[in-house]
Amino acid sequence: MVVVGKILVLIGSIFLFLGSLGIFRMPDVYNRLQAGTKATTLGALSLILGVGFMNGSFLVKSIVLIIFIVLTNPISSSTIARASHKAGIPLVKESVVDVCKDNVRKEEA
Amino acid sequence: MKNFKGFIIFVIVLALTWLLLTGSLGKDELLIGGLSLVLVAILFFGYSDLYRALKITPKIILFYPLYLLVFLKELIVANFDVASRVVRPSLPINPGIVAVKTSLKDPLSKLILANSITLTPGTLTVDVKDDTLFIHWIDVKGKDVEEATKEISRKFERILKEIVK
Repeated sequence: MVVVGKILVLIGSIFLFLGSLGIFRMPDVYNRLQAGTKATTLGALSLILGVGFMNGSFLVKSIVLIIFIVLTNPISSSTIARASHKAGIPLVKESVVDVCKDNVRKEEA
Repeated sequence: MKNFKGFIIFVIVLALTWLLLTGSLGKDELLIGGLSLVLVAILFFGYSDLYRALKITPKIILFYPLYLLVFLKELIVANFDVASRVVRPSLPINPGIVAVKTSLKDPLSKLILANSITLTPGTLTVDVKDDTLFIHWIDVKGKDVEEATKEISRKFERILKEIVK
């Protein structure tokens, strides 16, 4: 159990590290959010579960924590993305398409 | 009471959360839990309407775990996908915002769908307007609505239809 927990904590920290690297390397807000959300969700998930395995009395609580993280993490990044888009922060210039923007323009016209 | 069903599910969710968090059936914990449950249920009664969309049929015993499995698989794939993009020196991204149509009507169903999309490979929900979800896609494979819908939301929607309205 303890070994499994340690492996999970290690995997979690690797994903958290990759997530931060993604935030550092990605070119614009939206791509940064992509890297941020996914990597931190699985990273935190695996880390918390690892702690639960290492200390059996935390296991149930860690599962509740995981549920809360899975529920709230995507909502917060969605909200940040929405707010950035409304504030008019542009997509990086390599972007191929922006349907949402076309829609806004049509409504204004 | 028109949303009685939603209220019952709301109370069950609250009670379960409390029981799992305290992890004990002692007299004191149950008393405090019961009191706070009543308080929270009164304060947020209006929001319990949201849970009405959940279907309660024998089928959900099969489809809840199925949805969880699909979701977990997609989450792990998503992580390896994004991680591999991040580590590669060339940073292979091809981003854009696409629209996806959904046939789900209820706010809760759309919330679950939008959240699931956010946590899966290269997609992030930016906005929801009526039956259209605007999604930032890190590697755009199809620019029009049908293609995007097929690639992104079909796999979730199929199962979600079984568990929510």
